[in-house]
Amino acid sequence: MSMEPLVSARGLSKRFVRKPDLAGRIAGHLGADVREETVHAVDHVDLDIRKGEVVGLVGESGCGKSTLGRMIAGLLTPTEGKVQFKGKPRDALSAAEAHAARLALQMIFQDPFASLNPRARVETIVGEAPLVHGITTRANMTAYVDDMLRRVGLDPELKRRYPHQFSGGQRSRIGIARALAVNPEFLVCDEAIAALDVSIQAQIINLFMDLRSEFDLTYLFISHDLGVVQHITDRVVIMYLGRVVEAASTEELFSGPNHPYARALLAEVPRISTEKRTFHPIKGEIPSPLHPPSGCHFHPRCPHAFDRCRNEVPVLKEIASGHISACHLNDG
Amino acid sequence: MTGPDQRAKEPTLAVDGLATHFFTKAGVVKAVDGVSLHVDPGEILGLVGESGSGKSITGFSILGLIDPPGRIVEGSIRYKGRELTTASDEELRSLRGDRIAMIFQDPMMTLNPVLRIDTQMIETVRVHHRVSKAEALERARAALAEVGIPSPESRLKNYPHELSGGMRQRVAIAIAFINKPDLIIADEPTTALDVTIQAQILAEAQALCARTGTAMIWITHDLAVVSSLADRIAVMYAGRIVETGRTADVVNAPRHPYTRGLINSVPSHNVRGRRLAQIPGMTPSLINLPKGCAFRTRCPQAIDACLEPPPISAIGPGREVRCFNPVRDPQSATAEAAP
Repeated sequence: MSMEPLVSARGLSKRFVRKPDLAGRIAGHLGADVREETVHAVDHVDLDIRKGEVVGLVGESGCGKSTLGRMIAGLLTPTEGKVQFKGKPRDALSAAEAHAARLALQMIFQDPFASLNPRARVETIVGEAPLVHGITTRANMTAYVDDMLRRVGLDPELKRRYPHQFSGGQRSRIGIARALAVNPEFLVCDEAIAALDVSIQAQIINLFMDLRSEFDLTYLFISHDLGVVQHITDRVVIMYLGRVVEAASTEELFSGPNHPYARALLAEVPRISTEKRTFHPIKGEIPSPLHPPSGCHFHPRCPHAFDRCRNEVPVLKEIASGHISACHLNDG
Repeated sequence: MTGPDQRAKEPTLAVDGLATHFFTKAGVVKAVDGVSLHVDPGEILGLVGESGSGKSITGFSILGLIDPPGRIVEGSIRYKGRELTTASDEELRSLRGDRIAMIFQDPMMTLNPVLRIDTQMIETVRVHHRVSKAEALERARAALAEVGIPSPESRLKNYPHELSGGMRQRVAIAIAFINKPDLIIADEPTTALDVTIQAQILAEAQALCARTGTAMIWITHDLAVVSSLADRIAVMYAGRIVETGRTADVVNAPRHPYTRGLINSVPSHNVRGRRLAQIPGMTPSLINLPKGCAFRTRCPQAIDACLEPPPISAIGPGREVRCFNPVRDPQSATAEAAP
């Protein structure tokens, strides 16, 4: 594993602004207090992903993990900050370099039903991009598609079929074959297995691990399923309401989480246990990202919160080698 | 109302040989095909299966919620000794929401989006009981407080869209519990929720059942969720129950190859970074099931006898398995997962 990051994010932020609708604007003209509403989906996130690494991005709904993944994959433009690819900011790349970077960064989506064109045959879905980008020729396309389908465990005989003729697990495999067909170096998997049954999930997780060693792939694995993340990642980044609260190597994080949110999250992972267990859940709801709490976003739910947490945003500090956490409690 | 001790003599619900088939143009879909189960007062039964295993249709059948082209073709459903398969719509309607309640995966299946929470909860009480509006409102407030909703008075005045997903599911659970039912059927109620919210809901459901003596059938695809919640587990595959037993027995020593496969394919049950033990193939179409045992084509230890449908046989007290060649050394299920 080289130390040079393959992809890195520097101060990455994404804000979504909701403008008042017509009724709101009229009410505004009449003197009502109507303002634009801003969601800080991602708030100044730094992230380095080294070549060959599998990084897990974990958090509950609304924490900004998908938005961050989409910005890194280049599907969303950041409001602030930069994404660097092999040490160069994406907007400083030449046209040819940007083209190569786009091919090298591929994304695998959550919904195997919505992410495939229902009117295209599998051979088109998988073969179109490599043909357009000159990775294969029209004459070789059939052989190329067959090869890709075989690699993800699908029978090449099925390539004349349409997506609706496949099961959920098979469709996931088609999505993976499509991403692999352009020889990517880096895959962003956004809840790529969340929609699948347990027994099919295991098959796809195994496929991800096989492909990693076969193609020397780097992954950003976005998931809310901590069991899966613990199994396949090298490093875990935990987000809460748009901010990174803790990051460490998977082993270290799962054996000794530092941030109170990380601790609560890990404690509540349902595991197969033989004992009936009593749950000790953390209190409260996930606050709306429209009106995040002041200071540390987690303080209204945190059992250890004190005055400073309400007023001051904690910064990420290194608490052990490669283990960072954003909590005032670490200042002793 | 009688105390839980007196009622403990007979199960709250006993389902025997239930078969629910759907008569579609493409053929007969045997969604549920010979399911027998029972649940005692205060007990939580986890009904586990993957999509298409018939677990939800079993729940819907119990409540009489099967619409054409579906029909209960065989079997009996006895609630405290009363047969429900032959009960009139009138009788079922008086039971549903009062003695037997259901919690759905999507709370908006329970909640009416254009009515306030208090209107909906008062209606649930007054449809079944002759009480004043004030009394019903008080019960609604108490029910909301019981599921851990902060400031229930102001929540009663909200519309469903003003609440978060977790809060809506809590309201749905409060509505299910409001008439102190004998049986609750919960169909994947926490699947759409975040982990921290899921833990809260599980805690509240567990405490409510223990406190009120309500029996519960918790339908889920997630073995990890029921293993920490349920007293007993029934595993379904392709419309049939393949294994039942006390939670600890099923999880520690699964005897059906499918149950073992399910447990082994859960990542937290495997060594980190190692390949997961996977079940090959995919769930068969219910229209065109393999002959004999439906799991045969994916089973690592299928034998010739599996070409015949296996009967369910008792292998211990309260422990049944539907397999000709069950897992002999149940320890092997956990041995390979040991660090």
